[in-house]
Amino acid sequence: MTIRYAMVIDTRTCIGCGDCVVACKTENKTPVGLNRDWVVEATRGKWPNVRTEFRSERCNHCSNATCVTLCPTGASHYWRDTNIVLVEANKCTGCKACIAACPYDARLIMHPDGYIDKCTFCHHRVERGDDPACVSSCPTQCMHFGILDDAGSKVSQLLKTRNYKALMTETGNEPNVYYLT
Amino acid sequence: MIEEILITARHNPKIDPILGIWTWEISVYLFLGGLTAGIIFFVALMNLLEKNDTYNFSANRLALWAPIVLSIGMTTLFLDLEHKLYVFRFYTTLEPTSPMSWGAWVLIIIYPISILQILSTFRVGYPVLSGWLEKIPFASKLVDLSERYIKVISWIAIPSAIALGIYTGVLLSAFNARPFWNTGLLGPLFLISGMSTAAAFTVLFARSHEERRLFTRYDLGLIGIEIILVVLLLINLATGTEQQLKALEFLTTGGGYAVAFWGAFFFMGLIVPLFVEFIDLVQENRTLAILGPLLVLLGGYMLRHITVNLGQETSWQNYGTEYSVEALERVNKIYKHGLN
Repeated sequence: MTIRYAMVIDTRTCIGCGDCVVACKTENKTPVGLNRDWVVEATRGKWPNVRTEFRSERCNHCSNATCVTLCPTGASHYWRDTNIVLVEANKCTGCKACIAACPYDARLIMHPDGYIDKCTFCHHRVERGDDPACVSSCPTQCMHFGILDDAGSKVSQLLKTRNYKALMTETGNEPNVYYLT
Repeated sequence: MIEEILITARHNPKIDPILGIWTWEISVYLFLGGLTAGIIFFVALMNLLEKNDTYNFSANRLALWAPIVLSIGMTTLFLDLEHKLYVFRFYTTLEPTSPMSWGAWVLIIIYPISILQILSTFRVGYPVLSGWLEKIPFASKLVDLSERYIKVISWIAIPSAIALGIYTGVLLSAFNARPFWNTGLLGPLFLISGMSTAAAFTVLFARSHEERRLFTRYDLGLIGIEIILVVLLLINLATGTEQQLKALEFLTTGGGYAVAFWGAFFFMGLIVPLFVEFIDLVQENRTLAILGPLLVLLGGYMLRHITVNLGQETSWQNYGTEYSVEALERVNKIYKHGLN
């Protein structure tokens, strides 16, 4: 894997409006009832000392993606030597092993066809040099996208200067969506 | 307090609110796969021990059941696929990191082995059918060859059967995203359980009194090992991570699986048959000789049913959701037809 793309989302400026979810549905034309991304409102503490954060979540495009290692047909794969995980529909049997393998439950069954679908980091846009649809539509500009190994990229700079976390790193999947805290 | 709720619509079918991608089709397949593994193992064992005269059913007639049972299992497996026309894709690659890929190829190896086992015992086991078969050109030569190499076939069949039996468990244990499955004990547990169901199957259908007694003794030993493996599995969960402790709660106080696990599987599927089969050995009661194996078969299915379902309920995350499909449908209805 030579290029690692990362998404960095600032939980301090995210207002949980859900525009990223709408942008994804519009861009990728996901059928009614299916969603590739979603927003979580996480509240911690005990009143009056409570703190709420909003997190726009999706596939973490893990560097060690268990959905890729456990796929029996090679349908789940890394796109062009990057960490972007895609599903090749004409190789997918719909066995759902990748769904069971994903600790983030980020995959879905494409209806009515039956192959497995997921967030693609909008690789068709990335190919053109654009940001994923969710990132470019964010009204508070709390979402950032770029190459993690490029020290000058916005995502690298943010991770150098801000506190951050990734979700469930203890699974060993090495997720590449980061949340600034 | 930590409360995490979804605030945008997310109700992906079979994934939300609780994972439910695999249902009875997979439980039946895992059960029948294990049973097939056990059948092939015992047929090979009896032929290696040259028990064709003493134990007619297991040595000569049992082999025919393996492809039948496995084919039913593979049919339910096929029914589970969401993208059925692409099933051939299992056989256009071998993915070394995927147990499911290995399993697909093991199934392909099992069929010819199973057919050779049938051919090598066909003349003795099914003389009438064999007479019909040998009217087909070359069939009698094939039967001759299989009979001559019966030992070689059996030596290949044993590791293949063990691979099939273990794979049915490793298939699930490879998913570290599902804490209940993520233990190396599932492989041996499913293998032993599969062999136990095959022994019970033999006890049910064998006519020879001596053969039934032998397989009842085998089954008692296998049930004993299975109980040890189940206890080890529980210890493994009880001493595990937070996610595994939560998984254990489903089997004890906190979940809906306590009755199924302790009642239908552990008590009725292991403990009761252990006593029933033991009493049958001592007292030789025909009713008990049917009841014991039937309970073992029921227990074998319950083990797969509970494992498949409970595993999917255990997760690293459990978001609450305020999204309601019914509410959305009401809004849609109002949008389409107005308030009336």
